[in-house]
Amino acid sequence: MNGEIFGLIDGNNFYCSCERVFRPDLEGVPVIVLSNNDGCAVSRSNEAKALGIKMGDPEFKLRELIKRENVRVFSSNYALYGDISRRVVETLTSMVPAVETYSIDESFLNLTEFRSRDLVEMGRELRERVLTWTGIPTCVGIAPTKTLAKLGNFLAKKRPQFCGVCDLRAATARAELLPSVPVEEVWGIGAASTAKLQKLGVATAADLAALEPEQARSLLTVTGGRVVYELRGISCLALDLLEPTRKGIAVTRSFGNPIFTWQSMSEAIASYATRAAEKMRRHKVEAAHLLVFIHTSPFAEGPRYSNSVSGRFMEATNDTAEVVGLALRLGARLWRDGYRYAKAGVVMTELLPETMRQPSLWSDLDREKRAKLWRVVDSLNADLGRDSVRLLSAGPTAAPWKLRASHRSPRWTTRWDELPKACAK
Amino acid sequence: MRLQILERAADWPLVLPLFEGRIPAGFPSPAEDYAEVPLDLNEFLVQNKAATFLMRVDGDSMKDAGILDGDLLVVDRAAKPGSGSVVVVAVNGEYTVKRLRRTAEGVWLDPANARFQPMRVATDEELHIFGVVKHAIHTLR
Repeated sequence: MNGEIFGLIDGNNFYCSCERVFRPDLEGVPVIVLSNNDGCAVSRSNEAKALGIKMGDPEFKLRELIKRENVRVFSSNYALYGDISRRVVETLTSMVPAVETYSIDESFLNLTEFRSRDLVEMGRELRERVLTWTGIPTCVGIAPTKTLAKLGNFLAKKRPQFCGVCDLRAATARAELLPSVPVEEVWGIGAASTAKLQKLGVATAADLAALEPEQARSLLTVTGGRVVYELRGISCLALDLLEPTRKGIAVTRSFGNPIFTWQSMSEAIASYATRAAEKMRRHKVEAAHLLVFIHTSPFAEGPRYSNSVSGRFMEATNDTAEVVGLALRLGARLWRDGYRYAKAGVVMTELLPETMRQPSLWSDLDREKRAKLWRVVDSLNADLGRDSVRLLSAGPTAAPWKLRASHRSPRWTTRWDELPKACAK
Repeated sequence: MRLQILERAADWPLVLPLFEGRIPAGFPSPAEDYAEVPLDLNEFLVQNKAATFLMRVDGDSMKDAGILDGDLLVVDRAAKPGSGSVVVVAVNGEYTVKRLRRTAEGVWLDPANARFQPMRVATDEELHIFGVVKHAIHTLR
């Protein structure tokens, strides 16, 4: 075999594993992490899974079980998960130069250059190193295509006989294992595709691999045809090493409590716009276009309202004051009294690199000076904590509409005042 | 309009004059030719960035090892703990700082303060080491 070799490594129950890194007392007990706003379970330790807690179970439905079984519950702590994720990727890079960070807890590896090595052994070494260096348990899939590497990773996670590393390079291994994998577990096959495939009697990964690529394409678009080839061991997807240039930056949140007044709504929009401007500065881009939306809950009782409006800046900008200003003007046009608003968002599009900033024709703003101002504000907020310096329109830091995160663990690795304690008593 | 290629831009040595900050009008600095990158404490404190974590000491059971209450610990998870290493280790579900000692009878976790007792750990399996303490940073207040 001379083709490419891909690996996929991902953190087991990643968020829960992050919570355990600094809490040895959480070893062996059920742990769950809740989504934004403490809504539903998004990560479950194996012990929590054994109690029957499902992905996406709403917190209020679990309350009794949580109490009875003493399940440890955490709000999402993205500062922690992001830092641990960065460490995991850095650890992988120490062994494999070509790493594609696919998501916060998954990375594709190009293992082609290690062909002559025992790759299962190398997979074990990778797992061992990530566990030692970062405290995160992982599983590894190895295969001639990304889709199969993902499938191998799934098998490594679900079936103990693989000891965390599943190698699908050999056609014999695939012939043996693919019939046992439900088709919905294949990367890129969602619920809608699964329903279509099942009507044709395509129930497993092996059935899908046996489908005519033409038929798969007409049924599931181009992606479908590609999946069939990939399942047969023919690589169609290369490793994506470059960070894609951002097409848009969106800051959208559900409120901790519904909003009834423009005062609260304007604070929410202003603070989302603030966050969007910060994100743009971090990525050194500016936006020419901005969209604001607000809506009521699609689930709650009562009258419903959903609307969006967009506008354009005179010149592309990432200046917080300008972004907040336009977002509020647009938001005011959307606002209607008499609704229980559940969510709002600010979406920046038509992004340009900062370096393409044009000299100002329209405004008398000294853009260089303003850019300097926001650099100072950003560095102050980096030192003193988010929103220490902010526009007054963004409202108080503890507004009731802000996300609920009542069970968030300390930001162990990113705050001086939240460092873990080493007991010497 | 006809254009003729005279020379490829990529073939030029691209040297741009750098005028950063103020150019002293007087005599050029004699140190200029000896400019080096300033020292970075991270270089001294952190061998392995991915595996290094900071912790805060709570208590004085390690004071005779120069580790005082409130000190900042630089803990390396990649370093191999040997007999004599100061380690952060889980004891009763809590991370504590101790000195590791291996003897014929087993593994010991020693304090560095006469008021505290050494602890014996039966086997390596029961030893949950977080990492090896590489530096204790003490701030004078």
